[in-house]
Amino acid sequence: MEVFLQQLINGITLGSIYGLIAIGYTMVFGIIGMVNFAHGDVFMVSAFIALIAFLILTSWLGITSIALALFIVLIVAMLFTSLVNWVIERLAYRPLRGSFRLAPLISAIGMSIFLSNFVQVAQGPRNKSTPPMVQGEFVIFTQNDYAVTLSFKQLIIWGVTAVLLACFWYLVAKTRLGRAQRACEQDQKMAALVGVDVDRTISMTFVIAAALAAVAGTMYLMYYGVVSFSDGFVPGVKAFTAAVLGGIGSLPGAVIGGLLIGLIETMWSAYFSIDYKDVAAFSVLAITLIFLPQGLFGRPDVEKV
Amino acid sequence: MTTPLLSVRGVKTFYGRVMALKGVDLDVSEGEIVTLIGANGAGKSTLMMTVCGNPRAREGSIAFAGRDITHLPTHEIARLKLAQAPEGRRIFSRMTVLENLQMGATTAEPAEFERDLDRVLALFPRLKQRIGQRGGTLSGGEQQMLAIARALMARPRLLLLDEPSLGLAPMIVRQIFDAIRALNKQDGLTVFLVEQNAYHALKLAHRGYVMVNGLITLSGTGSELLERPEIKSAYLEGGRA
Repeated sequence: MEVFLQQLINGITLGSIYGLIAIGYTMVFGIIGMVNFAHGDVFMVSAFIALIAFLILTSWLGITSIALALFIVLIVAMLFTSLVNWVIERLAYRPLRGSFRLAPLISAIGMSIFLSNFVQVAQGPRNKSTPPMVQGEFVIFTQNDYAVTLSFKQLIIWGVTAVLLACFWYLVAKTRLGRAQRACEQDQKMAALVGVDVDRTISMTFVIAAALAAVAGTMYLMYYGVVSFSDGFVPGVKAFTAAVLGGIGSLPGAVIGGLLIGLIETMWSAYFSIDYKDVAAFSVLAITLIFLPQGLFGRPDVEKV
Repeated sequence: MTTPLLSVRGVKTFYGRVMALKGVDLDVSEGEIVTLIGANGAGKSTLMMTVCGNPRAREGSIAFAGRDITHLPTHEIARLKLAQAPEGRRIFSRMTVLENLQMGATTAEPAEFERDLDRVLALFPRLKQRIGQRGGTLSGGEQQMLAIARALMARPRLLLLDEPSLGLAPMIVRQIFDAIRALNKQDGLTVFLVEQNAYHALKLAHRGYVMVNGLITLSGTGSELLERPEIKSAYLEGGRA
């Protein structure tokens, strides 16, 4: 029981990070029908931006308040990662719009390789670590000498994720930009006919996707304290799995899918074998694709016309 | 006569290698209802979409309100207050009726949204009852009303209507045509209407054009065209819609 509770806490934390990345996959797929394989690497780049920002703030500028530093790091990471993804879309995907379907996909894989190699060259191949940012934990209860804990780091991740998901939901459901974004998802031709600048809306989708990935990247860095150039791939593919499990194109699906993948991974590690945790997560991808290809919240393609 | 609001000159449009429009000339003046009739596949809808820049005219020119719009992107053409209720209605089916109307108001002044909303809901009271419902759940007639209402939310100077009567019960068709007539009379709205329902369209319109195989073959006032024997035999035979 106590192991289960502890893994539940860990799983939700990990799942929050996956969920934030998964939204990027699902949004981009929703609007241009492309699986953005570079998205995992955008997440990795954001963790590096956060790392650099954190080091500059604490060592050079001498900011001692961790809360303030984290807040600034988060904003900086979101801004710069958005800019990076905006440029990627302009350079690597937009020129291929209207080309054959596989073209942007291949371009995305190329972008993914480029980003991880660029970071490898620019930052070096070793793990980069930060001094621990947040320490301390709540002990929820102790049983049989096993303390179930909720660390402050985990609490921050839960809180930040919840707040950002709420902002994001508001943006998509209630604002002009969100409506334009959903309209483009459904019918780009009609969206243009009512005066929506479709290219700009697609750019904004990449910007929003990157901002959420940057939140995930910052949280990841804070949680684990290390990041390396190859850290985009596995979390990226797991978040993609989460998006597929939730039903690609569905925003709540991405969040729920992320939480489920996080939980499956941590539970598997606790009860079966930690060495096979990636196998467990990716088996979910295969099983979903075989038995539930539209995912948990995917919509059937049938619409009344 | 002053320069027309919309003028189409020698427009040729291609789908791949197939020429769909073979040099079309057409004018719509301010305050008019102009209709374009023709059989299936004549190129009527293609002309509508070409005016909005998708597909683009390969030859010829299109001017709106004195401005050359031949090469303007579709969304910028929409910003010049040219709104379309296109073929197949193209309702945003996973958005509510209200959201569809908000999308229609993309190019309008946000401050005037409430007033415009009241105006179109007064015109189509059915939509008021359905305001929170998803577009995809509406009936065909309601969807058509929504498509027109959405276009009206932009406060267009020119309203393009592509087959508003398609697949609808005669009662609903009459409601929709009455609404178009009222908009033209009261607000001076300029309407360019594509129809297969030639009788009703020519009755409603001030002027009409007939399109056959991507070419305009006849034009004249609505009543003139209704009297032409070739129109009678080709489009009106077998009863009045």
